This record gives sequence, structure tokens and C-alpha cells, in this order.
Amino acid sequence: MTYEAIIGLEVHVQLKTQTKLFCGCRNEFGAEPNSHLCPICLGLPGALPVANEEAVILTILTGLMLGSTIPPRAKFDRKNYFYPDMPKNYQISQYDQPLCLGGGVILPALSFPKDAQKEAQALANKKVRLVRIHLEEDVGKSFHLERCSGIDFNRAGTPLMEIVTEADLTTPEEAFALLTTLREILRYGKVSDVDMEKGQLRCDVNISVRPVGTEAFGTKREIKNLNSISAVRRALKHEIQAQIELVSSGGRVVQQTMRWDDARGETIPMRTKEQAHDYRYFPDPDLLPIQTQGHLRGEAERRLPELPERKKSRLCQTYGLSEYQASVLAADLPLADYFEQAARSTRNPVALANLTLNDYLALRPETPGPASVPPEYLGELADLVSEGQINSRQGREVLAILLQTHRPPREIARERGLTQISDAQALDAFCREAISANPKSVADYKAGKAAAINALKGFVMKKTRGQANPQRIHELLESLLREP
Amino acid sequence: MSLAFATIQELRRRLRAKEVHPRELVEALLDRISSVDPKVKAYNYLHPERALESAQKADISLPLGGVPIAIKDLINVRGEPCTCASRILEGYIAPYDATVIERLRAAGAILLGRTNMDEFAMGSSTENSAWGVTRNPWDLSRVPGGSSGGSAAAVAAHEAIAALGSDTGGSIRQPASFCGCVGLKPTYGRVSRYGLTAFASSLDQIGPLTKTVADAALVLESIAGVDPRDNTCDPTPAPSFSAKLGEEIRGMTLGIPKEYFVSGIDPEVEDATRQAISHLEGLGATLREISLPHTAYSIASYYLVATAEASANLARFDGMRYGRRAKECDDLLETYGRTRDEGFGREVKRRILLGTYALSSGYYDAYYLRAQKVRMRIREDFLAAFRDCQAIVTPTSPTPAFRLGERAEDPLQMYLADIFTIAVNLAGLCAISLPCGFTRSGLPIGLQIIGPMRQEETILQVGYAYEQSTDWHTLRPSLS
Ligand SMILES: [Zn+2]
Repeated sequence: MTYEAIIGLEVHVQLKTQTKLFCGCRNEFGAEPNSHLCPICLGLPGALPVANEEAVILTILTGLMLGSTIPPRAKFDRKNYFYPDMPKNYQISQYDQPLCLGGGVILPALSFPKDAQKEAQALANKKVRLVRIHLEEDVGKSFHLERCSGIDFNRAGTPLMEIVTEADLTTPEEAFALLTTLREILRYGKVSDVDMEKGQLRCDVNISVRPVGTEAFGTKREIKNLNSISAVRRALKHEIQAQIELVSSGGRVVQQTMRWDDARGETIPMRTKEQAHDYRYFPDPDLLPIQTQGHLRGEAERRLPELPERKKSRLCQTYGLSEYQASVLAADLPLADYFEQAARSTRNPVALANLTLNDYLALRPETPGPASVPPEYLGELADLVSEGQINSRQGREVLAILLQTHRPPREIARERGLTQISDAQALDAFCREAISANPKSVADYKAGKAAAINALKGFVMKKTRGQANPQRIHELLESLLREP
Repeated sequence: MSLAFATIQELRRRLRAKEVHPRELVEALLDRISSVDPKVKAYNYLHPERALESAQKADISLPLGGVPIAIKDLINVRGEPCTCASRILEGYIAPYDATVIERLRAAGAILLGRTNMDEFAMGSSTENSAWGVTRNPWDLSRVPGGSSGGSAAAVAAHEAIAALGSDTGGSIRQPASFCGCVGLKPTYGRVSRYGLTAFASSLDQIGPLTKTVADAALVLESIAGVDPRDNTCDPTPAPSFSAKLGEEIRGMTLGIPKEYFVSGIDPEVEDATRQAISHLEGLGATLREISLPHTAYSIASYYLVATAEASANLARFDGMRYGRRAKECDDLLETYGRTRDEGFGREVKRRILLGTYALSSGYYDAYYLRAQKVRMRIREDFLAAFRDCQAIVTPTSPTPAFRLGERAEDPLQMYLADIFTIAVNLAGLCAISLPCGFTRSGLPIGLQIIGPMRQEETILQVGYAYEQSTDWHTLRPSLS
């Protein structure tokens, strides 16, 4: 019997706001423990929350980007449970009236993992439906020392957006594709940096398996707190396998909460006691319901960006790029913006795209994103290459210097004497010399070995110290060799 | 005559005329406290040096410049303990000022000390305090009412010129009535709750306890108004609450709810209240019988809503970050359990359990949700009634102050002490209690005047008119 998996995700995203969700403390990662605190985020007696409008707008914006409905009224609820890293022993979240309902994510082929690109072609453009998107406050962070435990409350009260999908996913690769797509969209909306290192994306997954062809859902298990996209894929792969083995050997899956041990590569049950939680949700009486339709929605609409899929098709149409080129550019928003700025100063956008994707991407420094090289220089360089003034190898050389000196490429090329010899008369002499100096290669070529022409080309390149236009040499050599 | 007996109004005049220095005033109060507080026990905490120091610097041109005020022990004052009369907050020092404290400071008031209360404001007698009971200044064998019993007793015993209390179901008005002073519960949202340790967030409201109606208006003027730190605070600016004091009430219609004069009410209380109502009629008001049909359900609705909110509000007291923690516990669960068991008193535990139960899955609809629906009906009752009248007049409490210990073992009987005040909180209205007579044994009786939302000026106007033509507010407990 073959089995299929049914997977649903709860994705927690840290929002990019200046301050925390209910107070004015800085929303910042990596500060000295317990340095961004006030009576409100510490839940001291008498302190009251006031909702951060920016966080609400970013959540509505996410909903709009993902095609959700924004109900006219949303509210905050208290989710009650005791835990040392939770200052009030209730978390302010949203229960039955979240900010966004429904919506969906379409999975493009290129968002699938590289090693799964083949099957991705068949699955591409599948739509994963969303249940809801809501806003809640994060809790503090416990750490355990040898003899005692400590809590850093800096994270307590930071805004966390939770995106809940329907159980529409069937493979770990789809989960990977979903998260990659979401990450791209969230970065487009400037909603979150979705920086994994900083824990800005965390994920809970629900998995069950059933024999292919059956309707009923199997019993699901939940894996909590996965903190990277690749960990989600690994954990799912392992858990699906484990469940199938269990079920096909006659066992039963028990509803359970698991955690993923990435080092050991296995899912481990957490205390099942936590399963029986009654959160006793009720409307938070300290916070008025949110009226979404006026200023909040208006502001979110104003900030709606061009989304990755739109951008791809526009890049193809406007600049004549290939689908692949457009996808790679669109996946990296700062790079795409940089490309478009550079494109204004070139006559040959396709050459610019090649230069950007092949050379610039390989050479540019890791941070701070697109180098401080003025984009019009990149455009200029693309023209130098595509119009044959220098060859592509020289182009790389100029680019390397350009990235260090930020000087105009034309100047660099001139100073280094990097001008390509395209002049037919000069090249003609070099080519004739090559032919008379390499009789064996000439004989081979004439005997039908087309590759033998490369040796002749190499000779010319050497003589011209690489400044000859390879295309022109090729053409010249061919015509000279055809001569009787 | 001791300066301690003066009202804010009188003191403002004398301070500004330089007849009196704020320091003398604080000294007079500290003298008064040291002579009577051993009997009354209104205060949990005094800081005489601080009070004298701020008296020295007091700016008498400010609205409350130089006026000593006592604060209920659940409002946070920076650098001072805020115990809520609970062991669980032993050792906690508030690191910030509540908005009302900031505003009192800005108005020039001098903070005298912290007054006793029922633990976390849960109770109607100030017997549920971890620091011992407060006694009624008119009869030391009786309760001062609750939960702001310490504040009411401090004002009635002239140990403070005025005090702040908090009112969740009558906790300002009922003790004011038992102690023979004026207690004002403002409209919900009128005064910022920021810094008020929450009992039930949707019902709690800070308000003044004073010797006269005019004083209540003065204190309210200083503390009321928009606060961006409290999301539930009314965004409309506070008016001048003293504006209508002295205006005639002739031609005004006063509603008398028939549901409030039924069996169970003490005959002397009923008598005094009816006489007060006739007195108001004599001042030119028209009386009209009105009906508030859902009154009977207000106590049930209140105890579900209030305890549900309290169960969450009090969850933060777990000994992890501040306050008292049980010693030598083996694990986390035991730490939580024992800390809360040792830290909370019986009434607080009872209400947390009640609230937790009311919110539990499977019971939410039957209890919490239904209570909220009843609450809406009660609110609608009042809205309908206020189409026919400008204010509603009732007794504040069905009985005068009862004896210490008399109801301590019977929570249901105790809950009835707030039967006339609770509906006002459920509906978010404003109401004032002021003295309207005494029983034959010399216990004060309070009259409650209820106004629509944001109509504090109206109830202050009616109360002032009554007060000016009677002299109940001038009587003092002997306390010799
Ligand atoms: Zn904070």
C-alpha cells in the first residue's frame, strides 16, 4: 500500500517594527539581555498594553499580499497559561476575530529545493490555501545554566505574525517551497527581514498520513518550533517516514506534540501533558476592538508592493530577459532593484542581466547587499562588453576593479589598456601569422577536426595579450582557412 | 480646630492666603494619624519624611497645591511598596508612577501614604487584607466597608484631606456610605487605569473619596482626562467638573428605580433615603418612578465577568519576577502552586477559581458569554431609563456598616453589600455616594446618585444641591 502525507503549517514571523507590540520598547535582536524592558512588556501590576499601529498595518499588508479577506473588525484575546518566560502568564493573541482570513500562496517551480526541481515542474503553481493570519506578542527566552535558569525578556512583547495554512501540502518539498515563497513575499512587503539566524521565522507543522485513495484524515502529530526552512524539510521527511512505518506495520499514530532534534535527525515526543491545555481564551478587556477599514487598511494598501510573480513577468517583458534570469533577479529584491536602476543606462539589458547574474553576483561583497557601486556604471560596463569594445573576460577584470575603486568602467578599461582589437586589418595580420605558424592545426582543421581552430585562436589571443575580439578572430580564421 | 478637619476648598483659600503653610498641614495630619490610626488602622504605609519634603516644595498656586491625599494600596507610586493588601506582593517596590499619581503630583498634591483595602480589591469590608482589618471611625466594632475601606476611613477619621480609591462593583461608594463621606465613581474610561493594579479591567475605575461634593469635583478635575497609555480611556477631554456646582436642580427629573426599594433593605436606610428623595423634590426636582428590570441579574453577571477577568489579571503573580516566592520547591509546578497558595488569601483564591471555571472550555458560553449578554441588557435598561430622567437616586447600600466578622464566613451575604452599586459598573456609568442621614445607633447612611455616561457634572450638581441644604457632611466621628 502507498501512503500520502497531509501537512499544515503555522508560520510565525517576527515583524519589522521599531517598537514592541504593546509598548514603546525597542524591537531589536541581540541586545544585552533584559535591556529593552518597561512595566508593560514585563507585565508589572497596573501596566496596560496599547497596540502598535505599525504592527497591525504590516499584518493587514501581509493579508492583502496573500489575497486574504480583511474583516472590518478584529480583536485581541488573552490566551491563558503559566510559563516562566511569559510575564503576564497570558499571551495577548487573536482568537476568533483575527486581522486576516483566507487567502493563499501559489508555489512557483523555482521555489522548490534545487534537488527536487524535476518533480517541481509537475507541482509548480499549486495553490496552498490559508486559514488566517493573526498578530500576537512573543514571549521571553529561557536559557538554562548549570545550576539555575535565566530569562531574557527582551523578546517578550515583540510583534509576531502567525500565518496558518490549510492542510493542503503533501510533501516536505512543498513545505519548503511554501516557506521560500512566503519569505520572498514578506521581504517584498518589508514586513519582516525573515532572518533565520535571528529567529525571525519559526514554524510548527502538523502531519498525518493516509493510504492513497482514502478520504479520511489520519491522526496528526505536531512538530513545534522549527527554526529554519531546511529544518522543516528534514523534520517532515523524517516524521512522514516514521508515521508510514508505524501505520504500515499495524501500529497507530497517537496525537502528540513532538520536537525536532536536528543534530540527531529525529522527532522526539514532548511531554504529552501539555496536550490537554485549556487556554481559556477571552477578549482582552484592556484593548478595544480594531476597526480595520479606515486608516489602517488605507495605509496597508498604500504600501502594497509589486509582488514577485508580477515582477518576473514584467522583467521578461520590459527587458527581454529569460524566465530563468527574471526569476533569479526577482528572488533577490535588492538585486532586482539594482538591476532595474542599472538598466536605465544601458542599451543592452540582456547583456546587463548576464553581467549581473554571472559576474556581479559572484564578485559582490556579502554585505551590504548591492554594493555602493553606482548602478549606471554597471550599465556602462554592459555596453562596453556587448558592443565589443572589450571582451567578456576583460569585462570581469574591469568589474573587479570597479567594485574596489567605484570609478567609471570606461576609464578603468582605458587605463589598463583593455581595449579589444576588433580592427579587421590588425586582426588579419595576426590570423595569417597563426596559420603559417601552426601547419599541423591547419591540416587537422582541413581534415574535418573543427575543434582544431581553437589552437589558432589561442595563438592570436596570446599574441594580442587577450585583447582580440574572439568572435571576430573566429570569423576571420574560418574565412582564411576556406581560402584555397 | 485642627487643620486636619478642613476640606480642600477651605484649605485652598487658606493656603493661598498664606494663613497656613503646607508643612503645618502635613504636620497636623501626621499628628492626627498618630493619635487615631492605632484605633482605625486606615493606613498600610506612611512616608512622613517624603510628605514633609514635598510640603516644603509645594506650589500652592496649583489646583491641589499643598493638599495631602492618601492613596489606596493598589495604585503604583514610584519607589514605594504597592501591596494590594496581599502577601504575594511582599517586598515589591513599584518602579513607576500610575497616571493618576503623575497627575496628582502635577496638581501639587502631597502623597501622604497608602491605605488599607480588601486584598486585590476583592471584598466589601476591608477584612480581606493581609495586613489586618480597618475599623469604621463611627463605630470601631464595625467594618468601614470595602474594598476602599482604608481610604474611606482615612477621610472620615480626618487622617487625610482626600483619598483615591478604586471602584469595581461599588468599592468607593459603599465604604463612603458606611463611613459617612463622599465617594465618586467616574464614568468608565474617564480616569486612566494605567498604574492601577487590575482586578477586573472592564469594571475598575479610580475615583476620589472626599469630605464634600465640591472636593470630589476638584480631585476628579485633577486626575481625569485622556491618557494614551490606557486604550480604554475616553478620548473626549474632561470638562470642568465644578462648573455646575451651585446651579439649581429645579426642573430636573430624577428617576427612582422601583427594583431598588424591595424587601431586604434595612428600614432605617430606606427611611433616610426616602427622606433625602423628598428633600430633593423640595429643591424643585421632579420625581419619576422608573424600572431597571434586569437589576436582579446584576450580581450574577458581575461575579462571572469580574472573576473571569481577575483570573487572568492575577495570573502574573507567581513569584517569578517580583514579590514573594515559596521556598524550597522541587519543580516549577510546585513553585507556582505553593507561591500562589501561600501568597493569596481565601477570597482571592475563591474568585480566581470561579473565574477560571467560568472561562473553561465547555462552560464559556454558559457563563462568561451569557454574563456579557446580561450586561448588555443592564446597560440598555439604563439607557432607556435616562430617556426619562437626568439622574437616578437610590440607597448606596441596603444596610449600614455591619459588625467585623459578621459576614466574613458567608461570602454570598457579603456579596449583597454591593447590590445597589454593581449595575453602575456593569453599565460603565458614573455615580456618587454622599451622606444622607444616620441610624439611631449613629451609623452613617449613604445616598447614591447615578448619572449617564460622561455626566459627572450632573450628579455633582444634584449632590451639591443636597449637601448645601443639609448638614450631614459636617458631622464628625468622636474617636476620642
Ligand atoms: Zn516595554
